[in-house]
Amino acid sequence: MYDIKALYEAESVEDAIRLLQEHPQAQIIAGGSDVLVQIREGKRAGVELVSIYGIDALRGVCYDEEGAIRIGSLTSFSHIAADPIIREQIPVLGEAVSLVGGPQIRNIGTIGGNTCNGVTSADSASTLFAWDAIVELTGPEGIRHLPIREFYIKAGVVDLKPAEVQTAILIPKSSYEGYFGNYIKYAMREAMDIANLGCSVNVALSEDRKVIRDARIAYGVAGPVPMRTPSAEALAKGQELSEETIGKVARAVLQDIHPRDSWRAAKAFREHIAVEIAKRALRQSILLGGGVIRE
Amino acid sequence: MSKQYKLIRCRINGKEREAMIDVRASLTDLLRNDFRLTSVKKGCEVGECGACNVLINGECFNSCIYLAIWADGKDILTLEGLEGPDGELSDIQQAFIDEAAVQCGFCTPGAIMSAVEILNEGRELSDEEIRIRMSGHLCRCTGYENIFRAVKKTMLARLAAAEKNK
Repeated sequence: MYDIKALYEAESVEDAIRLLQEHPQAQIIAGGSDVLVQIREGKRAGVELVSIYGIDALRGVCYDEEGAIRIGSLTSFSHIAADPIIREQIPVLGEAVSLVGGPQIRNIGTIGGNTCNGVTSADSASTLFAWDAIVELTGPEGIRHLPIREFYIKAGVVDLKPAEVQTAILIPKSSYEGYFGNYIKYAMREAMDIANLGCSVNVALSEDRKVIRDARIAYGVAGPVPMRTPSAEALAKGQELSEETIGKVARAVLQDIHPRDSWRAAKAFREHIAVEIAKRALRQSILLGGGVIRE
Repeated sequence: MSKQYKLIRCRINGKEREAMIDVRASLTDLLRNDFRLTSVKKGCEVGECGACNVLINGECFNSCIYLAIWADGKDILTLEGLEGPDGELSDIQQAFIDEAAVQCGFCTPGAIMSAVEILNEGRELSDEEIRIRMSGHLCRCTGYENIFRAVKKTMLARLAAAEKNK
């Protein structure tokens, strides 16, 4: 038995908002692979919960009217990885979420939960930062949209107002069209492990495929929340495809990231890995885009 | 606060079931305590070891971190659901025995249910895919190699049988 004080089941988003207004102390539970574990650890013992897990309207991937990819917040990692739209347009997101936990966790874990818990190591988060994802939040006052970079406030805290529910994650057409991406997770084990560092890159090449038109580089565990690397990205723009460019851009990420020492890994080690995985992810993204890299 | 209960109806191992459950229960609690399905093991109870793995609507879930109330309306399969009408073992269970993929046996029911999810796809998975799909189970006895062999062998045998029956 879990130490739960009371549990309210929402049947729709409106229902969830109403329940959250009626029970302001209550916390939202989606798939529960974080919340239930925290209750078990005693951290949230005696909690009141509003379960949104039964709201099927929040599941699935589709295009919206403007061609943005709309991912329902309760879509499980395994369903994201298998989805035809994701595989065609942003396969890197499917690859990234296939590195979360193990198979059973990927069946219960949701992309909404992965972002709402505000953790820097979330495998989906750095890739969503790289794609300039938009978070859709539905609350008593209606729907608002927020760039994912503004959604994260600090470690473990996201911009979720009272009685608000994250209902979707959107990837605008301008973010994905013409871009190719790669995600590298650095962890001790290949399954059931949390990233020491994660780097997600996507690149758009010029028409002749000789120059980097745009690059977006994002990290998890390189700071208290997932982050982008503006200095490295500015440097990459307009550069010719060469090993020299890749090396230069990858080293520039050190101006932007600020990882820390923890029991998982030392700061110096994380910085070393950050440069190396940026190189590899850049190289792979360029190759996926059909670019040829000069030695 | 007084105890909170919910009436749930679901299908467990092919049979329609009904239970009045405490909302604080996990699906592991429901399966073990209400239906005596003790193949569903209580291992880590935080979703890491895979000993409590069951199929829900054909997909694998660690039942320890799945609220029992969510089972309402679902189709659940545990290891007990694999046995034949006279208690015969299924092919995948027999393969685990033949390949010595069982030692202490604690992880076995959960691991077999992941194998069932794979086998139900009815296609040939690469060695790498099988390893990834079985990676949500911790086994401290076998070193995993025998488990891998049992799954692969059963997959190939079923595909050969399906080919023959075409």
